[in-house]
Amino acid sequence: MTATLTRPAPTTGKKKPALARSRRREAIGLVLPSLIPILVLSVAPLVVGIFLAFTDARLVRHPDYGFAGVDNFTKLVGNDLFWDSLRIGMIWTVGVTLLQLAAAMGLALLLNSGLRLQGLTRVLALVPWAMPPVVVAIMWQMIYSANGGPLNAFLGSVGLPDDINWLGDFSVALPAVIVVGVWVGMPQTTVTLLAGLQQIPAELQEAAAMDGAGAWRRFTAVTWPSLRPIVTSITSLNFIWNFNSFSLVYVLTAGGPGGKTMVPVLFIYLEAFKNREIGYAAAMGLVLVVVVVLILAVYLRSQFRDDRAVKGR
Amino acid sequence: MRTLVRPAQYVALALYILFLGFPLLWLISASVKSSGELNSLTVSLLPSEWHWDNYTEALEKQGLVRSAANSLIVALASTALSVVIAVPASYVLARLKGKVRAAGVGWILVSQVFPVVLIILPLYLILRTLGLADNLAGLTLVHTTYMLPFALWMLQGYVAAIPVELEEAGAVDGASRLTVLRTIVFPLLAPGVAATAMFSFVSSWNEFFFALVLLQSPENYTLPITLNMFVGGEGKVALGPLAAGAVLAAIPSIVFFSILRRKLTSGLMAGAVKG
Repeated sequence: MTATLTRPAPTTGKKKPALARSRRREAIGLVLPSLIPILVLSVAPLVVGIFLAFTDARLVRHPDYGFAGVDNFTKLVGNDLFWDSLRIGMIWTVGVTLLQLAAAMGLALLLNSGLRLQGLTRVLALVPWAMPPVVVAIMWQMIYSANGGPLNAFLGSVGLPDDINWLGDFSVALPAVIVVGVWVGMPQTTVTLLAGLQQIPAELQEAAAMDGAGAWRRFTAVTWPSLRPIVTSITSLNFIWNFNSFSLVYVLTAGGPGGKTMVPVLFIYLEAFKNREIGYAAAMGLVLVVVVVLILAVYLRSQFRDDRAVKGR
Repeated sequence: MRTLVRPAQYVALALYILFLGFPLLWLISASVKSSGELNSLTVSLLPSEWHWDNYTEALEKQGLVRSAANSLIVALASTALSVVIAVPASYVLARLKGKVRAAGVGWILVSQVFPVVLIILPLYLILRTLGLADNLAGLTLVHTTYMLPFALWMLQGYVAAIPVELEEAGAVDGASRLTVLRTIVFPLLAPGVAATAMFSFVSSWNEFFFALVLLQSPENYTLPITLNMFVGGEGKVALGPLAAGAVLAAIPSIVFFSILRRKLTSGLMAGAVKG
């Protein structure tokens, strides 16, 4: 009796329908408060957003819009600026995600190898994660400053060119922004990977070491396979977060110089709120979603297939 | 060979510490330099003289204190709201089996893929219709909604860690389900609620995109928006006070995250293990 009271398994519902019904009502009552805001402010906008993509809506006081079929999408095919921005967005997203993973893996391995200064590093590693993106952007603008910035001063002191306009130069602006992206996203990835590393039994490493495996061999044979599921999930999440990131680039460069850092989210924002073409902007957003979902599906599929291959061996 | 490994590791660690820590040090240093020193070509981390006036100047800047107050109101309100509605729902999510749970967990994961840029357009239209665009209450609701998935995820991990036997013991004593929740489950959840609340607070305090789109009148601006105004355009502010304002804006987030340090890992992992 007590078990059924606290653990409503589906089978009890058949025996005591009245009790099950009251329990269901209770559960609905507990869930409803979170369901309402989610439905109104997140599910409904998503549905309306998809609908908007097929209209010619404009952002005006008294909107009057009609169904436009796939007009927005055919117009989009010829919009080179959009495809340029999608290409920049891919470089930004893939660049940041991969460098994040590499940098975070290195730091997590260091933090897991019993060095001193761990406490300091762990606290420091949280700073980029905690900081408001706007503050991060202001801070890096100062670091990258062409005159009197510490980065150029350092380069000058070791005899390298010291007059690079990091955020204003066509060829270095995107890499410079990517470095900031890595700085921001590294902590969360590090913390996640470190938690994964700490779950790998020490005996596995010791056994491999006894068999004469070197550090690199131990990493590829023991550490990496054990971390694989965590790497897959954090990489997928990082990919989505980086693809959707807006604030950092908006404040750092606003898409400049000359559109060289115009990531797609920023492009769509400008289309919607500067050009006021929200129907067209929604179509772009929809294309973006499809692209992200496709890439993730391919990536996750390949990961699962590798997993199965490993297990089958 | 073996003797070289440790020094190499320390060199690598030092480089990481430099990369992670230097930008913040530089920001703090800029916040206490005089404008003369900031514009000179000699570059040094330590200021030649400590110039605290930047902080008073930042605080006297039009709008900074008011927008900090706006940020505080929105962050406190949306944190309270999201915790109050997430605690009961996370209980159901953690304890129920079957379709309800699958749907809940599925939605939490999908919400991570939500294309904010697609949602923001209709969201803006909906809020404008409700008279909640350019309004702190509207922003609070939006922040609450977008913090919910993570709050639910974290909290259901904490609920799952509470042994069901404890609740059964309460039920044996004849307590109703709601009494069991109130007297046994919720008190045990307190640390999880505290961690979730701090995380939600920081998310709202830092949030930029929704605030940028939704808030139009300067008197409604939150702190990130005002700081962004200081960077370029009309409100351009000298470097020193800007750095000072940026440091002040980052302090609450960094303090909360330092407290949360351990919880962030364990909370995320707790959610992950159960999921």
